[in-house]
Amino acid sequence: MRSEILTATSRDTQSTPQPIVQIEHLQKHYQMGDTIVRALEDISFTMLTGEFWSIMGPSGSGKSTLLNLLGCLDQPTDGLYRLGGIDVSEMDDDELSEIRNERIGFIFQSFNLIQQLTVLENIEVPLFYMGWDPTDSRDRAQELAEKVGLGDRAGHRPRELSGGQQQRVAIARAMANDPLILLADEPTGNLDSKTEAEILAMLQELNEQGKTVIVVTHELKVAEIANWNLSMRDGLIDAVRGPEDSDRSRWQG
Amino acid sequence: MSASRYWRTVRLGLKSLALHKLRSGLTVLGIVFGVCSVIAMLSIGEGASWEAQEQIKALGSTNIIVDSVQPPENQSASAERSRVVDYGLRYKDAERIQETIPEVSVVIPVRQIEKDLWHLQRRSRGVVKGTLPYYFGLGRFELQEGRYLTDTDVETHANVGVLGSAAARDLFPFENPIGKLIRVGTDPFRVVGVLREKAAASAKDTGSEIIEETGYDFYIPLPTAQDWFGELIVKVSSGSRDMERVELHRLQIQIEGDHENLEAAVDRTASALRTMLERHHPDVDYRITVPLELLRSARATKRIFNIVLGSIAGISLLVGGIGIMNIMLASVTERTREIGVRRALGAKRKHVISQFLIETVVLSVGGGLLGIVLGIIIPQLVTAFSDMKTIITPFSLILSFGISGLVGVLFGIYPAWRAANMDPIEALRHE
Repeated sequence: MRSEILTATSRDTQSTPQPIVQIEHLQKHYQMGDTIVRALEDISFTMLTGEFWSIMGPSGSGKSTLLNLLGCLDQPTDGLYRLGGIDVSEMDDDELSEIRNERIGFIFQSFNLIQQLTVLENIEVPLFYMGWDPTDSRDRAQELAEKVGLGDRAGHRPRELSGGQQQRVAIARAMANDPLILLADEPTGNLDSKTEAEILAMLQELNEQGKTVIVVTHELKVAEIANWNLSMRDGLIDAVRGPEDSDRSRWQG
Repeated sequence: MSASRYWRTVRLGLKSLALHKLRSGLTVLGIVFGVCSVIAMLSIGEGASWEAQEQIKALGSTNIIVDSVQPPENQSASAERSRVVDYGLRYKDAERIQETIPEVSVVIPVRQIEKDLWHLQRRSRGVVKGTLPYYFGLGRFELQEGRYLTDTDVETHANVGVLGSAAARDLFPFENPIGKLIRVGTDPFRVVGVLREKAAASAKDTGSEIIEETGYDFYIPLPTAQDWFGELIVKVSSGSRDMERVELHRLQIQIEGDHENLEAAVDRTASALRTMLERHHPDVDYRITVPLELLRSARATKRIFNIVLGSIAGISLLVGGIGIMNIMLASVTERTREIGVRRALGAKRKHVISQFLIETVVLSVGGGLLGIVLGIIIPQLVTAFSDMKTIITPFSLILSFGISGLVGVLFGIYPAWRAANMDPIEALRHE
């Protein structure tokens, strides 16, 4: 069953890992009244295709800010962010929307499904904004719902589903646009340990099929399955722990 | 956006509105009542002005009517001495008008005597009108049976007449009146024609007290009337006998001219007529009615009426629109999360704007459609229960529907703009 869950696609099947997230001297400052808050001081790192990253750090460490920047929800004050080879750090709102739409899959702590829509319609949301034909998008959504094991719940509303089921719908939705990176923000924060294991297994499987996964978490259990671990402190990279043969030149902070 | 995308957004709007059925329903009511009151009020106004205009048109818009009116008794001394009140239009007036005012084509004199009509033992009240055949040529009459008066009738002073529909019904409930003899007072007349009953118009008050066709008229040749009834009319009222000497009760003046100039011709003739009558009748024992002028003032009244109704309707739709905006603002706040999610999944600002704008338009256009249905039903009920005429014009439907759509767009802009300009990060964090 495992190998059947979600299919990897051409984007992920390159034999040699390519840089997919390239960050150089990234800074983010906020104006709060008279003081400037330096949420991100100066960060550089590179992520390659097919890697599974976890980002950890206490609150105020800048990990949320980093997540928002990685997700193209925000623009950096300074520095460079290249996503799949494209510099997105200077893009305007509409261009960023397009990037999110085509290159990023979001998974949230509180699932964030749209209540008035059915399972299928929720999965279809990114496809709608991509301008997919209704029939194609319906087929794709059905396919994804089946892959996350909810083919028989396609017409249900989110409130009729359990938390684990909702998060599975959210994963299907995040996969709808076949994203370059899957960005999960505390994906198991609202789930019991059994469902947590289920969801993590699903993420792991997606990663094994070649999808680049980035999880922001404060749970060690989640961090353990990631092969790369980035911890933040005070707007700087505190430490990066990777596999034995990792190249230490890939980060600085 | 393609049509199918619009349609999907509309369906999405319907789903979102269905999430709060009561709230959406109550909001829609504002527009429903606004639209339905516009249509209902305009239809009642239209009906009323149509009736008024029909009545005036029945008098003939190319006519000027001059009636004899008993002047106020200012010379009481002379009035006491002679018990005969002498006033009104003269045969001379008719001739003078015909000869001196160029655009007058025909002057039709009418003499009117109120006398009971008899057939065997049946009696009907009656208004005997002595006139000329032209009178029927004004296109205001329809014959049910027989014929109108002819020039021969006039030349031979024939004892014939055309009977009004109501009098015919009273006198001849079971028989055909054509060819029968009836008595006017004591004098015998042969019925040669019966008029068809006219719809509504004459029964109601037009606001101008002029001699009207009542259905109890009996039209006879003018010379015959002079022969039989003279010029002295005796009125018996509450024991005393009043005598009046009136030569003519009415002059109906027909104006000729080509189509474009006709209105101007009527105006010129009316003013010439006023000047002439002022000179020859210092007692003001006449009254001039110009149907065209009445028609104009009726139209002016209608315009004012429409403006007043329009403003009332506009205000009610404004109130409805504010209600919609209020609800949409609440909805935007409530669905901040949804907006954040949509933005994260790739919705551009314009997508969010169109989503909320379409939702507002769905709300107001839905209300508009319901309002149109109600607005069509209500005038029917009004007509059924109050005998008031109502006319629903396509214009009022288009107008009110258009306004309701416009209200949706106008009052949807701000909430949609608010939704689109939320910071996606803040929106996602919103509880």
